[in-house]
Amino acid sequence: MQSEALFHTPDTATEPTLVVDRLKAYYTTKAFGIDRDIRAVDDISLSIAKGEIYGVAGESSSGKTTLIKTIVGAIRPPLHVVGGSVRFNFSGQAYDIYDLRPDELQAIRWRHLSYIMQGSMNVLNPVRRIKHSFYDFAYPHMGLDRAAFWDKVRGHLRKLDLDPDVLHSYPHQLSGGMRQRATIALATVCTPEFIVADEPTTALDVIVQRDVLNMLRDIQRDLGSSFLFVTHDMSVHATVSDRVGIVYAGRLVEEADTPTLFRGARHPYTQHLVASLPKIGDTTRRASLAGRPPSLADPPSGCRFHPRCPLAMDICSRQVPVMTSLTPRHRVACFAVTGATS
Amino acid sequence: MFTIVRDLIRYNIEFAIGLVILLLLIGAVVLSFFSPYPASDIYVVPPDMPPDAEFWFGTTSRGQDTFWQLMIGLRNTLGFGVGVAFLSRILSLVVGLTAGYAGGRTDRVLMAINDSIMVIPQFPILVLFYFVLKDNMNWLMLVLILSALGWSYDARLIRSIAMSLRTRPFTTQSVYSGMSMRKILVEEHLPYVMPIVFATTMNNMIWSIGMEITLSVLGFTDVDTPTMGQMIYWANSHSALISGIWWWVAAPVGAIVILFIGLFLLSMSMNEYIDPRSRLNRMGN
Amino acid sequence: MSLLLDIDHVGKTFLQGGLLSRRHIEAVKDISLQIEAERPEILSVVGESGSGKSTLAAMVLGQQLPTRGRVLFDGIDIADIRSRADRRAFMAKVQPVLQNPFEAFNPLKRVDRYLFATATNFMTSKGRPTRQEIEARVGRALVEVGLTLAEVRGRFPHELSGGQLQRTAIARALIPDPRLLVADEPVSMVDASLRMSIVNLFGSLRDRLGLSIIYITHDLATAYYISDRIIIMKKGEVVERGNARAVLDNPQHPYSIALKNAVLTPDFA
Repeated sequence: MQSEALFHTPDTATEPTLVVDRLKAYYTTKAFGIDRDIRAVDDISLSIAKGEIYGVAGESSSGKTTLIKTIVGAIRPPLHVVGGSVRFNFSGQAYDIYDLRPDELQAIRWRHLSYIMQGSMNVLNPVRRIKHSFYDFAYPHMGLDRAAFWDKVRGHLRKLDLDPDVLHSYPHQLSGGMRQRATIALATVCTPEFIVADEPTTALDVIVQRDVLNMLRDIQRDLGSSFLFVTHDMSVHATVSDRVGIVYAGRLVEEADTPTLFRGARHPYTQHLVASLPKIGDTTRRASLAGRPPSLADPPSGCRFHPRCPLAMDICSRQVPVMTSLTPRHRVACFAVTGATS
Repeated sequence: MFTIVRDLIRYNIEFAIGLVILLLLIGAVVLSFFSPYPASDIYVVPPDMPPDAEFWFGTTSRGQDTFWQLMIGLRNTLGFGVGVAFLSRILSLVVGLTAGYAGGRTDRVLMAINDSIMVIPQFPILVLFYFVLKDNMNWLMLVLILSALGWSYDARLIRSIAMSLRTRPFTTQSVYSGMSMRKILVEEHLPYVMPIVFATTMNNMIWSIGMEITLSVLGFTDVDTPTMGQMIYWANSHSALISGIWWWVAAPVGAIVILFIGLFLLSMSMNEYIDPRSRLNRMGN
Repeated sequence: MSLLLDIDHVGKTFLQGGLLSRRHIEAVKDISLQIEAERPEILSVVGESGSGKSTLAAMVLGQQLPTRGRVLFDGIDIADIRSRADRRAFMAKVQPVLQNPFEAFNPLKRVDRYLFATATNFMTSKGRPTRQEIEARVGRALVEVGLTLAEVRGRFPHELSGGQLQRTAIARALIPDPRLLVADEPVSMVDASLRMSIVNLFGSLRDRLGLSIIYITHDLATAYYISDRIIIMKKGEVVERGNARAVLDNPQHPYSIALKNAVLTPDFA
C-alpha cells in the first residue's frame, strides 16, 4: 500500500530542526503518602532534519508521551526536566526550549511549533462553532487582517480536502474523523515548521485513519515541515514515517530508516514488534513476548529490556547499553548486537 | 490516611487553619462536660460582670458564666449540626445512588420527590412547624425536620455520579459476576461517592447551623437548651447591647464566625483535594 | 443440529431527543445469524464505528432488548428472561470480555474480588460452595489463561499489566463454564508485545474448551488470523459474511473491498 513518493531523502545539508540531547525528565512525587520518581524519559538523544517525518514507537507507559510533552515544553509539576536539552532551529535561529521565558515560548507555539495532542478531536470547544476556535488560536499569531485571515483559513481547509463550511459547524455535528481533521487543520494553519502529533489516528476507524494519514502527508509535503509522529501502531509508522525510533521504558533502543527497521531490525524488542504484526493473507502463528512492560517507577537495572529478552547476557543486567551507530542512519542500544563494550 | 492528612497540612494552608479551628471546637466540646454549672441554671454567679481573671468572658444578665455557656452552646450547636448532616447524608445517598443506578421509572419518581422538596421554601416551613408544634418543638424534632429538608440538593449530585458509574465497564463486569444491585452500590460505587459526600457534609453543617441560629435568635426553638443562637436570643431579650453587656453578644457571635470560617476552610480544601490536578499543582510548586 | 445462538431478523432502534423533537436512530437494521451448538467457532464481527456491532453485542449479552426480531440462546428467547434465577442461569452461559482491561476492574478494589464473587455466585448447584471449592475453581480458570492464583491474589488493577488484566478478565468469564463469550475489542487496549498471546488464547479456548466466541473488532488483520467465520457490518446491516479467510482474501462487497484497502500493511518484502 506504500506509494513510492513516500520515502524522500530529508534535507540533511542544513541544520537539523530539532536536537534532543541526553534528555531526562522525571515525575517526582513526594506527598500524600507517595514517594517515588517515575523515570519517564531517561537519557534520550535524537535529531530530526528539516522536512523529515520521525516516528516514535513504543507501548503504553513507555514514556513516549512524556517525551514529546518535554520536547514541546508542555510540562507541569510533578513532571520536571532533570537533565539534557531540547534545541530547535527555526529559519536559522536557534531556540533552547528550557532557556526561554514563558512569553517567548508562547510566541514559538503555533507559529513555528505545533502540537496535536492525543484525543485532540475532543479539544475543540463544544459550545462554540469551529470558526471561533480558529479565530482564538490562530488569528493572534498570523499578523493578518480579518479578511486575509479567513481567506487563508479557507484556502488551507480546501487544500486539505475539508469543506470550508465546516467552520460554521459545532464539533458535535462532525464525526470523529472530521473533527480530527479539523483539529489538524487548525494546528497547521499557521504553517509551522515543526509539527508534533501524539496518536492522531488511534481512536479512528480504518478508512478514516487512512484519510487522516494522507492529510498529514499532504501537509508535510506542502509546508516542508518536520514531523514528530508518535504512535504505538507499527503499521502506521510503516506507512508514514521516514525514520522510526523505538522507545522502551523511557529509553531509545533502536532508530533507523523505516525500510531498514522493518526489514532488518537488530534489537530483539524491535524484531518482536515487527514480527508479531498480523497480516491479511498470512496465518503463521504469532507469538507474544514473555513478561510485561516494566514500571517506570522501578525499572530493571542495566538494560531495561533484559528480563524479557531472548538474547539476555550477564552484562545486560549490570550495565546500560548505549545507542551505537551500526550505519550512519541506524543506531541500536544492545550488547548482543554491538558487543559488550562499556 | 494519616500521611494524606499530614501532607494536606503541609501543602494546603486553608486545610491547616480549618483543622486547627476544628480541634479547638472539639476541645470546647470536651471541656463543656466539665462545666461547674448545670446548663440551664440561672443566677449562679454575679450577673453583668465584665470579662476579668475570674470570669474570662464575663457573666450574663441572667447570672450565668458566659464562658461555660459558650462551651455548652458550642457542644449543642455542633451536635445539632452533626446530627442533621448525618441523617440527611443517609437520605441523599440512598436516594441518589438508587436513582442514578436504577434509572427509568424509579429514577423519575425519586427525582420528582427530590425536586419537590428542593423547592420548598425552608424558612417559612420551619416557622410554620414552630407555630403548629409550639412546645413540642424540641431539638430532636428540629433535627428530623431539617434532615428531611436538607438532602435533596446533594442527592442530585450523588445521582449524577451514580449515573456515570453505571456506564463504566467495571459495573458491567460486576453485574456479570453475579453481584446484586445493593452489593454493587455499596461496595463498588460508594467509595467513589464518599469524597463528594464529605465535602457536602461541611456545606450541610453550615446551612443547618445557620438555620438553627436564625430560629433561635427569633425564639422559635426550645429556650432551655443553650446553643449559640440561644445565647444571642437571651442577650437580645435582655437588651444586652444597650445595657453595655457587649460580651454576652460578642462571645457567641465571635464563636459562630470562627466556627463558620473553620467549616468553610475545611470544605474548600477538601473540594480542592478531591480534584487530583490541583492537588498535584500545589505539590509541584 | 441445535443452535447455540439464533439471531432472527433482529433490529434495534434508539430514540433520541426530548419531548418536542424525537429522532429515530436505527443502530441495527435487520440481522440474522446462527451459531451451532456442536461446532465451536470464533465469529468475528467487523465494522467501523456506527456499524452497530457493539449494539449487536449488547443484545446477545441481554443488556439491550431488540426492537424487532428475537435473540434465542439455547432455544430460549432472551426477552423472556425476567426472574433473577433465570437471569443468572443465562449469565452463566454467556459472558462478556470488555475492551479496556483497566476500566473493567474497579481501580479501588482488588481484582481477585471479581473472581471470587463470580465463583460464589455461580457455583450454586450444590448449595453454598466452600472456600476450598471457590479457590479451586478460580485457580483452574486462571490456569486456563496462563496465570496462577498466586500472581493475582490481593492485587490492584494498577499493579498488573494490560495483558495480565485482560487474561484475568477472561478467566473470570470462564468461571461459570460458559458456552459463549462475547469479546468487544478485547485486545485493542493491550500492548502490542502482549497482544498476540491473548488472541492465541481465544483460539486455544475454542479448541480446548469448545467455547464459541463472538469477536468484535475493527482490526481486519487480527480477524483474519484468528476467526473461523466473519461478518462485516456497515450502518446496521451485514454487507458480507462467510469463512474468514475466504472473505478477506477475496472480498466481494464494495465496502469490504474499501475496508481491506484501507488496512495498513507493513510490507517491505
